Amino acid sequence: MSTAEKLENGKFKWVGTRPVRPDGVDKVTGRARFGADLFLPGMLVGRVLRSPHAHARIKSIDTSKAEALPGVKAVVTRDDFKEMPSESVAAGEMMIDYRDMTRNIMAREKVLYDGHAVAAVAAASASVARKALKLIKVEYEVLPHVIGVIEAMEPGAPVLHEAMFTEGVEPTPDTPSNIAARNELGRGDVEAGFKKADIILERTFDTAPVHQGYIENHACVASVSEDGKAELWCSTQGHYMVRAFCAKLLGMDISDLRVTASEIGGGFGGKTIVYLEPVALVLSQKAHHPVKMVMTREEVFRATGPTSGANVWVKLGATKDGKITAAEAVLKYQAGAFPGSPVGPGCMCAFAPYDIENVKVVGYDVVSNRPKVAAYRAPGAPISEYAVECVVDELAEKLGLDPIELRLKNAAKEGTQAAYGPKFGPIGFVETLEAAKSHPHYNAPLGPNQGRGVASGFWFNIGGESCATININEDGTAQLMVGTPDIGGSRASMAMMAAEELGIDLDKVNPVIGDTGSLGFSFLTGGSRVTFATGKAVIVAAGNVITDLRERAAKIWDIPVDAVEWEDGFARPTSSNAGEFDPLSLADIAAMAAKTGGPIAGHAQINAQGAAPGFGTHIVDVEVDKETGRVTVLRYTVIQDAGKAIHPSYVEGQYQGGAAQGIGWALNEEYVYGEDGRMQNTGFLDYRMPVASDLPMIDTQIIEVPNPNHPYGVRGVGETPLVPAMGAVACAVEHALGTRLNELPMSPPRVLKAIGAIGEAQA
Amino acid sequence: MEQMRYEAPDTVDAAVALLVGAGGETRILAGGTDLLVQLRAEWIEPDLILDVKKIPELTEISKENGGFRIGAAVTGAELGEHLGVKKAWPGVVEAVELIGSVQIQSRATMGGNLCNASPAADSVPALIAAGATAAIAGPNGRREIPVEDVGTGPGRTCLAKGEIVTSIFLPSRPAHSGDAYLRFIPRTEMDIAVVGAGVSLTLDGGGKCSAARVALGAVAERALLVDAAARALIGTPVDDAALDNLAKAASAAARPIDDKRGTKEYRIKVSGVLARRAAQAALERARQS
Ligand SMILES: Cc1cc2nc3c(=O)[nH]c(=O)nc-3n(C[C@H](O)[C@H](O)[C@H](O)COP(=O)(O)OP(=O)(O)OC[C@H]3O[C@@H](n4cnc5c(N)ncnc54)[C@H](O)[C@@H]3O)c2cc1C
Repeated sequence: MSTAEKLENGKFKWVGTRPVRPDGVDKVTGRARFGADLFLPGMLVGRVLRSPHAHARIKSIDTSKAEALPGVKAVVTRDDFKEMPSESVAAGEMMIDYRDMTRNIMAREKVLYDGHAVAAVAAASASVARKALKLIKVEYEVLPHVIGVIEAMEPGAPVLHEAMFTEGVEPTPDTPSNIAARNELGRGDVEAGFKKADIILERTFDTAPVHQGYIENHACVASVSEDGKAELWCSTQGHYMVRAFCAKLLGMDISDLRVTASEIGGGFGGKTIVYLEPVALVLSQKAHHPVKMVMTREEVFRATGPTSGANVWVKLGATKDGKITAAEAVLKYQAGAFPGSPVGPGCMCAFAPYDIENVKVVGYDVVSNRPKVAAYRAPGAPISEYAVECVVDELAEKLGLDPIELRLKNAAKEGTQAAYGPKFGPIGFVETLEAAKSHPHYNAPLGPNQGRGVASGFWFNIGGESCATININEDGTAQLMVGTPDIGGSRASMAMMAAEELGIDLDKVNPVIGDTGSLGFSFLTGGSRVTFATGKAVIVAAGNVITDLRERAAKIWDIPVDAVEWEDGFARPTSSNAGEFDPLSLADIAAMAAKTGGPIAGHAQINAQGAAPGFGTHIVDVEVDKETGRVTVLRYTVIQDAGKAIHPSYVEGQYQGGAAQGIGWALNEEYVYGEDGRMQNTGFLDYRMPVASDLPMIDTQIIEVPNPNHPYGVRGVGETPLVPAMGAVACAVEHALGTRLNELPMSPPRVLKAIGAIGEAQA
Repeated sequence: MEQMRYEAPDTVDAAVALLVGAGGETRILAGGTDLLVQLRAEWIEPDLILDVKKIPELTEISKENGGFRIGAAVTGAELGEHLGVKKAWPGVVEAVELIGSVQIQSRATMGGNLCNASPAADSVPALIAAGATAAIAGPNGRREIPVEDVGTGPGRTCLAKGEIVTSIFLPSRPAHSGDAYLRFIPRTEMDIAVVGAGVSLTLDGGGKCSAARVALGAVAERALLVDAAARALIGTPVDDAALDNLAKAASAAARPIDDKRGTKEYRIKVSGVLARRAAQAALERARQS
């Protein structure tokens, strides 16, 4: 049966089933090896000295005492890293600049945030390393700092980069500022659009930066040999990207650096860049020993991630019957210490779910004295879409319309021209709204002090470069190798697609993640691309295996290859005209491989095009304790278009995880800075991500509107689930309270303040 | 390179002798759920760690004068399984059981919670409300003091060099008594009290409050015994008016700071809310006992 036929009548053998994941046993028994789990002979402990200042010029660094300490094998500072010219490259969904990257991994002229790396040591033990750090003398000239995005944009704010002149404004300003860039997009004429509106709402929102919160802290082991070749083991979303970045920063040939991705304990976008890896390599080079570096949680909070905090202004106009006539927004996103916030995608996504004729979005990329932001699930989108969804909800309330009805009136469909450029292909947004409207959750009664919120979300999803190799073993089993680290169960999906194509049992396919020496370049795991793009590579590789198998059968039967077809795991003659032969199984052919030309394999190296966007709609019920401001999430439903769910459990897992992270973002997560510009809540005790008992069971509903550009119809599902969550929770809280907060997180003190139970917070 | 020393004596006298004899920084180890975190975070670098879990006297629960003497190193899990203490002092037990998760419960102790001297420690307001005392052994012998006198400020206690808390004593209680402890945290678990409130009260035959103690946690440099809040209840039937007065007195006594865990005015407000709710729970228990 062809894939098209299988899709037609839903007769898949593996696709759409829920087998146990191949990496599951090792993970629950503790055998799985994560970043910190590699031990090499002679390995040293590497540790980083971090800035205690939010903003300071480094006058001098004296490492002599540390170097003299017995057990210390190497000390590195800015002097051990070469200057990099400005050069922007893609790091997943974000852009990075090598000039900034080398400064982020090791401060040069200035430290730009509390926790910025200033030196590192490699020593025989952790306690020696710790002592050595204390012996490094850094002379700072402390400078005034700025943390908040609005403050950073003010004239007269302390300037982080003396050579930063806002890009994207005419004429280019002649004084430096913290505004790295301004960008603008839109279509139509918003002025005219607002004139047609019967109602116009303008609201301003503030969101706090939030950390990706992966359980596994950054960790790596580097081993540089005297011949210049190096090996690196690390927890990353993309080892080819780590290889490219490190080779560039260290001036190595790419072929001299072999990177292996360990098992990864979460990334969510935060492991798409490098922090420790280049430092460990330089330490190893200097020390002539392997060096392991593992961050503490405090280091993770002070120096990695998060996503932007932002200030967002939204203006929506609509007719009485709920047709949106114009939409405008201004987004001000924190980039952290170096330019490169996800304000670009934030602008593009802001109004993407809606078919609006007149749209204008302006974005500002703003630096301040905080860690450089990193990608976080649908970078930029959750922030702008939260603000827009809140205004859409208020619009529905003011017009006396059901919020889902209002969305249906304006929903983007196949053929809709998105404000950010393209025309949508087949998309499932309307289907998610219809499903939400008829979901029992949406129509269930609410109790006192309870409120229900609905919000939708959009994310592009990407494709890109992926490799896959399938080697058929002598016994007819298949070794499947891909180059994209498995964060969310992708090995299971890859193996299922290979088994489906080859027509063999799933347990005969063993999927592994290859290191950079074993497989060609594969872009990282991010952008919700792996099941789509690497999946496509797996299907192409399987097709090449099948071609090879048919050739072998043709040889065995001595008939032309065109007369052999592959069906459900067997080679058969296409018709009796071709001859009468008993079908040959994959195992039969594998057993005769030596006689028919040697090992059987299929490879694919592709740049997958045609990723299709994901749309989702969330429904949430909350209860608010009006005396304490505490919000309890009572019920949560995620409805999202997956195109085609290869392994529905892992699709549902993505939906649930996104909602869980969104609940944290909405309710309690925030960075607390002291007057001194230092982060005060550098652990999970005070950086309040939700714990399991904070969440209800999150219900899911998978909508399947196939992506025509994938053989099975797959679209990415990993990022969209975060996007609607903050808007949905905010609307639920606001309906329970009867008042709007327009600020995240909706922590208990803010809730009490919003309902007037307490006054303005005293400083 | 200097080493950290670990000792686990099996008598109080030996423990005191080790503490007195040791130079440098010494730390007592009970469950270690605070101490190990502090060690890992490199906030402390003790030269001697003295484990008190091998001392029988510190790990037993015994009856005494109608009340209970609880060894300072008894774990939360053990206390939670002690039906006698649970029946007499449900508020104290519920406070101890709030500490951490199942894993933490099987290590964490009341002695550690008290001596770690966090203003937000959960068991302390409940113990203060209960009128508990702490038994202390040291180079100059033994003494017994009210629990509210143990902590003097964040991370600071009144213990002198060589002193150990050996046990905590919960007195016997009259009929129609009840206690309760509530804390406010933004999450449901694994969080630290933004405000804690413990209330213990006794009703007379006519249902009027004849005795009460109210304590607040996390709203000052240490847990507070709030006499004015107790007075708001004594002599009343613990009706709405009395509860309102109690809430006002609790808010008035709170003197918190703005910090990463909550704003000052938020904590003041919630002090009253929680004291009221804790008093209602204690009242319910008193009526049923
Ligand atoms: C994940 C987690 C969650 C937590 N949740 C809570 C919570 O919800 N509420 C809460 O209040 N706390 C919480 N804590 C803190 C901690 O668990 C409690 O304070 C606990 O009661 C400490 O007891 P311990 O036996 O482990 O103390 P230890 O860590 O052994 O000791 C704590 C301190 O007291 C001193 N000490 C211990 N015993 C004695 C003694 N007999 N005499 C003199 N000094 C002594 C020690 O030297 C040390 O300074 C949590 C901790 C963790 C790690």
